[in-house]
Amino acid sequence: MKAWFRQHLAAFSRAVRRLAAAPLNTLLSLLVIGIAMTLPAAGYVFLDNIHALGADRANVQQISLFMEIGASTREVAAVRKRAEALIPGQWRFVPRDDALRQLKNTEGMAEIIAALPKNPLPDAFILEPADSSAENLERLYEQFVTFPGIAHAQLDSAWIKRFNAFLRLGIQTVNLLALVFAVGLVAVTFNTIRLQVMAQAEEIEVARLIGATDAFVRRPFYYSGILQGALGGLAAIFFLLTGLAVLNPSVTQLASLYGSDFTLHPPGFVYSSLLVILGAFLGWLGAQLSVSLALRHMK
Amino acid sequence: MIVANHLTKRYLGGFEAIRDVSFEINAGAMALLRGHSGAGKTTLLKLMGAIERPTSGILTIGGQNLLTLRKKALPFLRRNIGLVFQDQKLLFDRPALENVLLPLEVIGLPLREAQRRARAALDKVGLLSRERAYPIALSGGEQQRLAIARAVVNRPSILLVDEPTANLDDESARQVLDLFAAFNQVGVTVIISTHAPHKIPGRDLRILTLDHGQLLL
Ligand SMILES: Nc1ncnc2c1ncn2[C@@H]1O[C@H](COP(=O)(O)OP(=O)(O)O)[C@@H](O)[C@H]1O
Ligand SMILES: [Mg+2]
Repeated sequence: MKAWFRQHLAAFSRAVRRLAAAPLNTLLSLLVIGIAMTLPAAGYVFLDNIHALGADRANVQQISLFMEIGASTREVAAVRKRAEALIPGQWRFVPRDDALRQLKNTEGMAEIIAALPKNPLPDAFILEPADSSAENLERLYEQFVTFPGIAHAQLDSAWIKRFNAFLRLGIQTVNLLALVFAVGLVAVTFNTIRLQVMAQAEEIEVARLIGATDAFVRRPFYYSGILQGALGGLAAIFFLLTGLAVLNPSVTQLASLYGSDFTLHPPGFVYSSLLVILGAFLGWLGAQLSVSLALRHMK
Repeated sequence: MIVANHLTKRYLGGFEAIRDVSFEINAGAMALLRGHSGAGKTTLLKLMGAIERPTSGILTIGGQNLLTLRKKALPFLRRNIGLVFQDQKLLFDRPALENVLLPLEVIGLPLREAQRRARAALDKVGLLSRERAYPIALSGGEQQRLAIARAVVNRPSILLVDEPTANLDDESARQVLDLFAAFNQVGVTVIISTHAPHKIPGRDLRILTLDHGQLLL
């Protein structure tokens, strides 16, 4: 056990020495790996933020019914009756005067509204059925969309659906991107390790002649690949955090224009660790392929 | 003990460098392997060093038959055999001490212990004061002695040496041969190849002469 640990430690320090022996090469490949990991990682962080944004609104699933401006009280009463029959107690009526008062309370709107000759808002109903499944909302919507006196019915779950569809598309895109960059990362480590093996060809030959096992020869290169991948992952996290720090002031400013306090959240510890572990794994994979091929050529 | 029985080595392409060779070399012996250039001396040393595999026949070292030995076991056998190649195969990108450390790294010795042993080996060949020197800065004789230090640092029971004096002046050759005699004195089996006749000091000197891959009696 102690010997095992010592051998791995020795291989690890050989890997570090070899990386340190060519600092410029190492730095460049770390940069390449870091950037390759940053792009899909940023995609996931972005989507995660968007998803959280959507989740905040996801349970507001309602139908808004806007009456015609000149709708008669009889028509309004008919809607009221129908709503109570279909979803008793799960609806509310917003008279046009209340709506106007509410709007007046919104910052900056008071002057504009004061300037209007008359109330431009219609009476409205908000339907909030307890059963907010997409099908039920759809059924209710069908009930009211052609109802006399109703100018416009708005199914507020529709945007959620669209939003989710976009989110799915986004995730698929980033998945694809991640796959492409993962292959790229393996290729980059494959190449740097291949160069390392070539540079060490003499040492490898001599080591084998004096009784080095295959594992002894391979191990430092595996560590080298793992190190590069892991450090590349750390670089990616650094790039991500820097990018978020740069973008966030603009994002919060933009969001505040829409009355939202939305900001981009940085990746958490688990996500960051996964990124480093994934980098290490891909680095190991590249090294594994590279060493096997290079050593076969040398034999 | 090294035993060869009807040993044959055919290289890729069909050339038989060693043909039907049989001999025994006792543990602790000193043997001289002679023969013209191309006689098969290097090939035989590589067979005994488990670098090349026999094509047929029997070659046993310490009771292990090299023809049937599993490939995985080869590295461990090699650690018990010190090899000094004709071209020495020193690593020119690192100083003398690091060259001697390599076999100890291979067996996973802790660094401190490894350094102690590497320095002791350098001391034995008279190169302790040159431990920081790169091989390029060493003379031919010193390079040869460095290669010997690397070969013996693992305390092998067998030392195989390929044409150690080929490129050395008489004085350096003398020093190197004295070294082998000294290792032989403490029980190491030493086998030296040479294409030129040499006076080798040592008791129990076996002489094997190869001619076109065959052993002359
Ligand atoms: N790897 C090889 N492949 C094919 N032929 C070889 C190889 N190595 C040596 N030979 C041939 O085997 C013969 C013996 O070579 P070698 O053992 O080097 O002789 P020596 O060391 O006595 O000069 C030579 O004819 C040489 O050309
Ligand atoms: Mg030769």
